[in-house]
Amino acid sequence: MFKLIKYLKGYIKESIIGPLFKFLEACFELIVPLVMASIIDIGIANNDTSFILKRGAFMVLLGFLGLVCSLTAQYFAAKAALGFGTALRNEMFSHIHSLSYSDIDKIGTSTLITRITSDINHAESGVNLILRLFLRSPFIVIGAFVMAFYLHAKLTLIFLAVTLLISAVIYVIMTKSIPLYKGIQSKLDTVSLITRENLTGVRVIRAFSRQKDEIERFEDTTCELTKNQIRVGNISASLNPLTYAILNLGIVAVLRFGGIAVDIGDITQGELIALINYMSQILLALIALANLIVTISRASASAIRINEVFSLKPSMTEKSVSDVKEASSDPDTPKVEFRNVSFSYNGTEASLSNVSFQARKGETVGIIGGTGSGKTTLVNLIPRFYDASEGEVLIDGKNVTEYPFSELRKKVSVVPQKAVLFRGTVRENMKWGKRDATDEEIYKALEIAQAKDFVNDLQGGLDAMIMQGGKNLSGGQRQRLTIARALTVQPEILILDDSASALDFATDARLRRALSTRTKGMTVFIVSQRASAIKNADKILVLDNGKPVGIGRHEELLRSCPVYREICLSQLSEDEVSKA
Amino acid sequence: MKKDNDKVLKRILKYTKPYGHLLLFALLFTIASVSMTLYAPVLVGKGVDLIVSEGNVDFEGLYPLLIRLGIVIALASLSRWLAERCTNKVSHNTARDIRIQAFKRLHILPLKYIDSGRHGDFLSRVITDVNQVSDGLLMGFSQLFNGIITIIGTIVFMLSMDFRITVIVVLVTPLSLFVANFVAKNTYHMFKLRSETMGELTSLVEEMTGNLKTVKAFGYEKEAQKRFEEINSRLRKHGLRAVFFSSITNPCTRFVNGVVYTSVGIAGALLAIKGAISVGQLSAFLNYANQYTKPFNEISGVIAELQSAFASAKRVFDIIDEEPQTPDPEDAVCLDRPDGSVVIKDVSFSYRPDIKLIENLNLTVKPGQRIAIVGPTGSGKTTVINLLMRFYDVDKGEIIVSGYPVKKIKRDSLRSAYGMVLQDTWLKTGTVRENIAYGKPDATDEEIENAAKAARADSFIRRLPKGYDTLVSDNDKISEGEKQLLSIARVMLTSPPMLILDEATSSVDTRTEINIQKAFDKMMEGRTSFVVAHRLSTIREADCILVMNKGKIVEQGTHEELLKKEGFYANLYYSQFDI
Ligand SMILES: Nc1ncnc2c1ncn2[C@@H]1O[C@H](COP(=O)(O)OP(=O)(O)OP(=O)(O)O)[C@@H](O)[C@H]1O
Ligand SMILES: Nc1ncnc2c1ncn2[C@@H]1O[C@H](COP(=O)(O)OP(=O)(O)OP(=O)(O)O)[C@@H](O)[C@H]1O
Ligand SMILES: [Mg+2]
Repeated sequence: MFKLIKYLKGYIKESIIGPLFKFLEACFELIVPLVMASIIDIGIANNDTSFILKRGAFMVLLGFLGLVCSLTAQYFAAKAALGFGTALRNEMFSHIHSLSYSDIDKIGTSTLITRITSDINHAESGVNLILRLFLRSPFIVIGAFVMAFYLHAKLTLIFLAVTLLISAVIYVIMTKSIPLYKGIQSKLDTVSLITRENLTGVRVIRAFSRQKDEIERFEDTTCELTKNQIRVGNISASLNPLTYAILNLGIVAVLRFGGIAVDIGDITQGELIALINYMSQILLALIALANLIVTISRASASAIRINEVFSLKPSMTEKSVSDVKEASSDPDTPKVEFRNVSFSYNGTEASLSNVSFQARKGETVGIIGGTGSGKTTLVNLIPRFYDASEGEVLIDGKNVTEYPFSELRKKVSVVPQKAVLFRGTVRENMKWGKRDATDEEIYKALEIAQAKDFVNDLQGGLDAMIMQGGKNLSGGQRQRLTIARALTVQPEILILDDSASALDFATDARLRRALSTRTKGMTVFIVSQRASAIKNADKILVLDNGKPVGIGRHEELLRSCPVYREICLSQLSEDEVSKA
Repeated sequence: MKKDNDKVLKRILKYTKPYGHLLLFALLFTIASVSMTLYAPVLVGKGVDLIVSEGNVDFEGLYPLLIRLGIVIALASLSRWLAERCTNKVSHNTARDIRIQAFKRLHILPLKYIDSGRHGDFLSRVITDVNQVSDGLLMGFSQLFNGIITIIGTIVFMLSMDFRITVIVVLVTPLSLFVANFVAKNTYHMFKLRSETMGELTSLVEEMTGNLKTVKAFGYEKEAQKRFEEINSRLRKHGLRAVFFSSITNPCTRFVNGVVYTSVGIAGALLAIKGAISVGQLSAFLNYANQYTKPFNEISGVIAELQSAFASAKRVFDIIDEEPQTPDPEDAVCLDRPDGSVVIKDVSFSYRPDIKLIENLNLTVKPGQRIAIVGPTGSGKTTVINLLMRFYDVDKGEIIVSGYPVKKIKRDSLRSAYGMVLQDTWLKTGTVRENIAYGKPDATDEEIENAAKAARADSFIRRLPKGYDTLVSDNDKISEGEKQLLSIARVMLTSPPMLILDEATSSVDTRTEINIQKAFDKMMEGRTSFVVAHRLSTIREADCILVMNKGKIVEQGTHEELLKKEGFYANLYYSQFDI
């Protein structure tokens, strides 16, 4: 919890003013009974009507001042707390986005969602309550303590015992409930996971008629969640009664020992009453505190979870722009070069081993290979989504690790295998690649991607709404939009990772023709399962189980690479193969 | 707005009905605890009276009194504790029921709703909003009960002292409730705004973190951050208003009560000067007025904070009230052994009324036929499958399966008659084994492995770190083609009477595909299947090829017939050999 204090930084003023005014209000509140007493003691005794009225007016004024103070306190506390939550949320969002691909592989989306929403909300209300109430209770407790000590030192021992006991109770309850709250939040992660999964997988779930089981799974988790909530609720529920009981037993003790003290003449009856009153005051303060404890325990549990996210350090470091070496300007340096590159996702099994090849500016490189042979892995190394475990990947003769990310993203544009679109208009989606793309540029990209016609047919054209995940488009339309999105970047290197798999062959062929004629100088990587899509490439790379088994042109490979030949023959007839 | 509010409250209360007995207990325990709590100070007072002065302390009387006091305290705490346990249980269980109902609703909502909604918003309702409801209820029940009973208790005590004073006090204090009500009315709206903004924020987070790789691939982080901060600052604005306004109720009512207290005090003092009441009476009167107003303060605070729960509850109820798909009719049949015939009669369908898609589609499929559907992208192939699976209902015409119109067949039964592999793969979070067995949870390991072998997935599964027990989920820990293989294994295991493959092997290499094809051929011997594919090699063997364009069937026949026709299909076919 304390680690997070730094997010209050911008709100130091508010976080001081808040409690301060709360404190002032408490003072005003304490004066009121005194004034009333003076009305009775002086006003009535002296039959002084004007005194009574004046004092009455004074009391209203005090009340009003109290109100103003209290409002000020609430306002600043709320402002500080919400400022805290907002800053924390912004920071966490940006932190999540600084993580690299391999970090993302390790954490789940659902848990991040609950952490950035629910957990931060808890922390936020924790801070709000602390600012509003926390200062007040200890102040009153200490004040009462001092007064009691002043009255009778020995009887104060009872106070001490009571306070210690209550602290112990609070301590035990907090240590017991914090882990439980943490458990609750992680159950909430599961609830959110199941819900999300049921939203994305709704077709499959319905197709297999598994709704009942999914509902059951949800019910089970929710019931467990509820059980935990009730459990921790019951623990917290004991706090209030326990505080009450301990304090009142303290009063019993004060009566018992106070009785003796009065009997031997240590104190008077009036002083005894005062002691009991102080005890009651402590009681009220501590009961307010007890209610706080629940919120604070919950906030601390959430704070732990929030800190867990922050402690995930991005595993990939970016070269800062200042110490970037100049890229080679020699026209003979290959645009992209792999030098003995190996890669493994988990450190043990290599998904890519010892790949070396070069691609020149303007060349088209085809990559083909069996399912899971490492094609996506290979192309993901070019824009440095992952770092090669061994060997190096160079662009323009310079290792990709030497580039700042922003420059890499400008140079290399990827169309991922899974066509992901975002909720928004077509134009907004197109602008992902280039924030200031003009309609003209967008149309050009759409035209190359063979998407212009259907976009024009959509209601609203570029302003047509796309639903989350592109649900209102067909698979092929989605793929073409993602291709167009990558083209608006106007990259030097374009990577198409199996991006035409949902296109019919005619559209696919037109797309490739447009790519080769209209993007002069662009180095294009085409990953595909279709032999026809790559057979005219300048260079074809054949992968098998992560190993390069052939590099060359179609005709050469047909002769020299049995894997490639087999792939081609499985798709085209013998004479179609040689026709090329 | 007020009406909105009452309706929501009534509805929440309806959800607490099953726990009525617990609420009753809570009420009883609260009564016990409040009366004990009010009684304890009386005993303390009596005790003090026994301790008069030096040498004048009645220990004989004091000790039994102290014991009594101890018992009263113990009982007060105990009943308080029990009361809180009861309300605790009621609130969380109620929230649970609401949450489950919202989730259940998800499964009977039409796909249209889910396709067009934002997942994050739904999540936010099921998670954050329901939590808000349970928090609100918890506080509401315990404080409200406590407050009300304390008020009643104090009235009773006061009545036993002086009738007139009681009437005056009772008449003036509820003024604070008006203030509370006024604030509450305004805060409901603010909390509603806050919850909605929270939903928006969750949606953005869900979309961006769910597709973090794409975000990073385009260097969209900054832009995403900008959008996030914009929503976040709105959230802060609405949140600040809601939190602030709800928290001012308490000070405001306290102020009102303070004024009342003062004026009562002044009036009393003036009366006392005139000798109408005694000073002692005045002070007792003031004491009770004070004690009596406190619970009002508390209740008014609760009312304001409860608005947050109401606003959230409303958002959850909105889901529950969403129009569900038309339920299966009472007399709907279960397809026991579908013969595999499918007739599509004069079907028209469009996703949006203003854009026509499928019009007057006719098709007769004889049992055991293999139907291939081809056509340019966006021509409506997936849409036909959506209709066959009844993910969407036809606008006009009807589809007849195995002699029954689909509207007369139970949805579940119709869907399990088909095995389906979709264009978009989806895996649930779980082991590979669980995923393959998704359609047949009671399958043996051997069956699962055989299905995986048939789908050519076995070899890659064995290479995974934990083989069949490796955890997979809908993210990218395995390659796209491998995901497709798993989806195929999933239907292979169920061995369905009819089959639908929508680009099921689009990312699978052709050598594997041919093997899978063989496995399917063997499995589907004599069973009806629908295959959508672009790779025409996979459909050459089909009994009937439907060529679709712009929502219509433009040609129909076998591969050879269609090639001879030299029409649309022939064009499509030869285009794959062009550059
Ligand atoms: N949920 C939806 N809401 C609105 N329009 C939709 C929706 N789903 C699809 N469409 C539109 O309906 C048309 C047909 O889409 P469909 O998915 O059936 O095409 P398809 O033939 O399967 O194409 P592909 O080969 O690219 O997958 C497309 O123009 C698409 O934009
Ligand atoms: N994030 C990841 N973590 C661990 N292993 C992975 C990850 N992504 C892929 N793999 C594994 O690495 C291997 C190569 O995967 P890759 O995605 O490169 O295959 P691919 O050639 O693109 O296949 P496909 O044709 O199916 O797309 C596969 O066996 C896959 O299971
Ligand atoms: Mg891949």
